[in-house]
Amino acid sequence: PCNSDAHMELTTEKPSSSARKEPPASSGPRPAASFSPSPAAAAPKSMEQLEEEEEAKDSFDVDVSVTNPEKVGQYLPPAPSLCWSQHETSLPMFRNKTFSVRRRFSDFLGLYEKMSVKSSLHGCVIPPPPEKSVMGMTKVKVGKDDPSSAEFLERRRAALERYLQRVVCHPLLLQDPDVREFLEKEELPRAVNTQALSGAGFLKMINKASDAVNKMTIKMNESDTWFEDKLQEVESEEQQLRKLHAVVDSLVNHRKELCGNTAVFAKSMAMLGNSEDNTALSRALSQLAEVEDKMEQLHQEQAASDFFIFAELLADYIRLLGAVRGCFDQRMRAWQRWQEAQSTLQKKREAEAKLLWANKPDKLQQAKEEITEWEAKVTQYERDFDRIGVTVRKEVLRFEEEKAKDFKGQIVKYLESMLQSQQRLIKFWEAFLPEAKAIA
Amino acid sequence: MTSALDESDKEKTRSVSVDLNNDASLLIDIPDALCERDKVKFTVHTKTTLSAFQKPEFSVPRQHEDFIWLHDTLVETEDYAGLIIPPAPPKPDFESPREKMHKLGEGEATMTKEEYNKMKQELEAEYLAVFKKTVQVHEIFLQRLSSHAILSKDRNFQIFLEYDQDLSVRRKNAKEMFGGFFKNMVKTADEVIISGIKEVDDFFEQEKTFLLDYYSKIKDSTAKAEKMTRSHKNVADDYIHISATLNTLSADDSTKVEGRVASDQELKLTELLRYYMRDIQAAKDLLYRRARALADYEHSNKALDKARLKSKDVPQAEEHQQQCLQKFDKLSESGKRELTSFKGRRVVAFRKNLIEMAELEIKHAKNNVTLLQGCIDLLKSN
Repeated sequence: PCNSDAHMELTTEKPSSSARKEPPASSGPRPAASFSPSPAAAAPKSMEQLEEEEEAKDSFDVDVSVTNPEKVGQYLPPAPSLCWSQHETSLPMFRNKTFSVRRRFSDFLGLYEKMSVKSSLHGCVIPPPPEKSVMGMTKVKVGKDDPSSAEFLERRRAALERYLQRVVCHPLLLQDPDVREFLEKEELPRAVNTQALSGAGFLKMINKASDAVNKMTIKMNESDTWFEDKLQEVESEEQQLRKLHAVVDSLVNHRKELCGNTAVFAKSMAMLGNSEDNTALSRALSQLAEVEDKMEQLHQEQAASDFFIFAELLADYIRLLGAVRGCFDQRMRAWQRWQEAQSTLQKKREAEAKLLWANKPDKLQQAKEEITEWEAKVTQYERDFDRIGVTVRKEVLRFEEEKAKDFKGQIVKYLESMLQSQQRLIKFWEAFLPEAKAIA
Repeated sequence: MTSALDESDKEKTRSVSVDLNNDASLLIDIPDALCERDKVKFTVHTKTTLSAFQKPEFSVPRQHEDFIWLHDTLVETEDYAGLIIPPAPPKPDFESPREKMHKLGEGEATMTKEEYNKMKQELEAEYLAVFKKTVQVHEIFLQRLSSHAILSKDRNFQIFLEYDQDLSVRRKNAKEMFGGFFKNMVKTADEVIISGIKEVDDFFEQEKTFLLDYYSKIKDSTAKAEKMTRSHKNVADDYIHISATLNTLSADDSTKVEGRVASDQELKLTELLRYYMRDIQAAKDLLYRRARALADYEHSNKALDKARLKSKDVPQAEEHQQQCLQKFDKLSESGKRELTSFKGRRVVAFRKNLIEMAELEIKHAKNNVTLLQGCIDLLKSN
């Protein structure tokens, strides 16, 4: 039983033409800073409900949503949250139409961990999970029932939902058995090795790997400039997004400030209205105070919109671009392996030549076997390298398509929220105007 | 930078008071002003049919300090003790836009040319707004004087309008004579004296209560309104940065997230509150002077009683008492008139301002709606 009504549903259609639908307008109160925390006792453990529904349209259609967490039960260290969820699907690969599972936050991280080491998924852009936040989670566990911890929970819920959506949206990932297990299996064994993904984990990890690649002594002789150019593009875009994110962050803060100042101003106006001895003016000033109160509400909602629609979009893509960079690194490492195998093969051949000259027939046989072995490896690694190159190209193109649609969708959503806000503003002031005119 | 303000501009900016420049016998305006570093030079232009002046039309350059001098001499004139002296215009304050300009200059390297230009434009507009505001406030001060039956005839006022030499000599003399003595007294003691006096007149009793309370409330509101307006500006600035960055980011996604929130309507309200806060202070000053006169009267009564007891200097004491009584009555009479008309003026000004503010909010919001709808349609059609 979910104790909040902010239930968001997002449908993802076929990956190649996916477009994010907006949550239904009737989905209850917005996940705003004014989210009211659970009335249940201040028990520290939170639950996350994972719901999946499937639409019959397409075999790739998976509806993923994560509903709001609930606080239940006793706190059992060490901590992550226990969750339970319901799923619905009619995908042929899944056993049931509708099902739900309980998942801990670390399970999500564990899923990423599993996917990121699979050779079959090498070169793929694997969506990164949201990061652990020690501070945020501690507050929640301690049972602080304040708006900031409610906001934190909502932020995490939304982030996990987007994460899962991106995963099921990817054709290869959806086929992956670990992903299916994640979606279906009753109990998952506890994920280990998620430490790397804690705190500022993910990007740190990516950057460390990048550094290792950069320290390579053998510089790659790139026959195809596409990769070099594309990587540069990605890096510069990441920079831009960071910059933009910083400004949007500042916007959120300023708007929250504006909220506070408007509320204070409204109260002051109300007091002034009380003091005023001209009746009609007094009334008008009181009305003005009420309008300003409404404006404060508007600002608050707008700030939530700024954050949840805009800022989080940027944050997601900063991480995603990091993941894209990771693919390029994987390709580099594949190339490295191939080169090293070639040089090993070369050494083996030289060794064989030496043996021939030294005339040691018994060792010769072994040397020939080793050469065959390494010739095979060289061929294999070259094929791997080519294959990963193809994958990376495909993935990057798919990613860019997704990104364009995602950005467009979110920005439209953002603009629409601003539009609504302005329309309400018009109503408020139009209601006030006759009051002002009535002053005599 | 010189700024010539045409009539339509002034109409828009005139918000704190109803149109004062009605009486054709004495028309005053400030058609332009020059800003040099810290100092603003106003050109005061007068058109008159009164014979008291030498010419029917003339202009003089004046500095802010000249206005203060004029205000102070009026305040210190005994004859005007029963009048509400219009509040002195505040000193021109370009601190905020100047500081921002400085910061912008420092940060120039970190932003794109387009972003920099946009921010610069914004700042220049802000600078211009401050400039227009200060001109308006100085203009209104003069117009309040010219529309006042008694004050408009003041000799110093006429000198201010006419004297084509530098006033700074006169200003120095005035300072020496009065030494700011009266001003200091008013500042420190008025609250106590006004509230301490035993009021015999119902009208003044009510006024006193009302003004003291209203003043503290409006002072509070003014401060809060200023904070709110500043926050709004910050949000608007952020949007400029955002739109600039978005433009450089994606060539195909030419989204003009121009959610520019216009804060002029809030600025208006803030200005109104600030103006009336000062005006109410001026009204309180009037009450203070009357209270002082009452105290003097009471003292003179006591002195008279004493004199009668001692049978010494009775005629002088009687005369003194009579003078005090007369002064007090005169103050009360004119004070009542002034305060009543002040009330009316205030209500009318608030009405005008609130209507304008609401209309502006609606207008801007409608513009935003059109703009946003256009963006959304453009994006959806792509």
